[in-house]
Amino acid sequence: MIKTDILIIGAGPTGLFAVFEAGLLQLKCHLIDALPQAGGQCSEIYPKKPIYDIPGYPEVLAGDLVDNLMEQIKPFQPGFTLGERADTIEKLDDGTFIVTTNKGTKHHAPVVAIAGGLGSFEPRKPLLENLEKFEDNGVAYMIKEPEVYRDKKVLIAGGGDSALDWSIFLADVAKEVTLVHRRNEFRGALDSVEKVQQLKNEDKINLITPAEVVALKGESHLEKVTVKDTSTSEERNIDVDNFIPLFGLSPKLGPIGDWGLEIEKNAIKVDNTYDYQTNIPGIYAIGDVNTYPGKLKLILCGFHEATLMCQSAYQRINPDKKYVMKYTTVGGVTGFDGSKKEAPKAVVKAID
Amino acid sequence: MIKLQIGMSDIKIKIIDREGVSHEVDAPTDMNMNLMEVVRSYELAPEGTIGICGGMAMCASCQCYVQSDHKLPEMSDDEEAMLSEAFNVKDNSRLGCQLHITEDLDGLEVELAPEEA
Repeated sequence: MIKTDILIIGAGPTGLFAVFEAGLLQLKCHLIDALPQAGGQCSEIYPKKPIYDIPGYPEVLAGDLVDNLMEQIKPFQPGFTLGERADTIEKLDDGTFIVTTNKGTKHHAPVVAIAGGLGSFEPRKPLLENLEKFEDNGVAYMIKEPEVYRDKKVLIAGGGDSALDWSIFLADVAKEVTLVHRRNEFRGALDSVEKVQQLKNEDKINLITPAEVVALKGESHLEKVTVKDTSTSEERNIDVDNFIPLFGLSPKLGPIGDWGLEIEKNAIKVDNTYDYQTNIPGIYAIGDVNTYPGKLKLILCGFHEATLMCQSAYQRINPDKKYVMKYTTVGGVTGFDGSKKEAPKAVVKAID
Repeated sequence: MIKLQIGMSDIKIKIIDREGVSHEVDAPTDMNMNLMEVVRSYELAPEGTIGICGGMAMCASCQCYVQSDHKLPEMSDDEEAMLSEAFNVKDNSRLGCQLHITEDLDGLEVELAPEEA
């Protein structure tokens, strides 16, 4: 059981900055994120895009903003449960919460702050009849154990980096790799595209473009897929053991939607007049995942919300204490790792 | 409903929502808007189901089918790549976020593509 003061669901910019504000109040944080890395959309969707409305940064790449936030919160030693989705929440008699992930990891905290952005990123599934029937019976949306595909006939669909990279990787592992994409052009990194070209020339990858998978066939396990040439509309069946559609990820509010929180417009309603608390005391929602009159889904608004949330969390965790806000210019930053940052003292010296 | 500031520089656009209901709306040409933002401002699709990436052509949640024969701006590589991976794509598919509202689009007719499951 992981224990912490504030359990933050979502490791995007808002969740990360909450760690800093909590740290100033000597509160420890642990973050859960469905993605394998911190940064949320900034890392997953647009790491190379410049952002122009972060106060104090005329221009900053989303990926760099995440790196900076990670650096900023380092002294507060946040814990991370990455690659796992927060699935269920249970409120104990003492008012604290246990949040369990889809992999069974349990987290215990008196305060839960949902900084879930648009929700957890789930693989985009192609629209195919009986797709679900073959899930775990030959169809997978991500590759966890490449060895599973040793000496198998694998068909990958998609035109991005993951489709290219896995085709390249599995070319050495699988018996047969077929890559199907709707266009002749791929939008992955140039050297990946070139590598696939080379493997195709060496007959190590069977490339079919422009084409798409239109049907799946098999008794209980996947046996064949039907691939349609999108320029001629010709269809053919290909014998396969595995079909791996890699069409990227799309966000879904997911299980959080079933936690008994008030939801409006696919977002969690909060009290914006005070502390961004939800209808369940002790559960807060900050950043893009929340909604209130006048809500703007901006990173800078998430930072503000995170800051006020931490003040309220402090009161909830320490009902008898009175906290007096201190500027970092005055109080400095004292990390849980023993580090101390503070403004250099001005030298007082008389002038003769 | 959020009212757009309606001025002289408005155009009319017909938008068929995902339930098949047709809406004729005014869209301003002087507010630096795109079609996805027009749909959102009139709340013709539930918040959180359209414009998810914010208009960067990085998701296909604002995909629409253009039904009138307006001359549209050419697709950027980003838009073309996104539509090549999206679902429910037809020959007349475009990403609403990439269609800037200009006078040339007066009378445009579009249908919103279904939400991806």
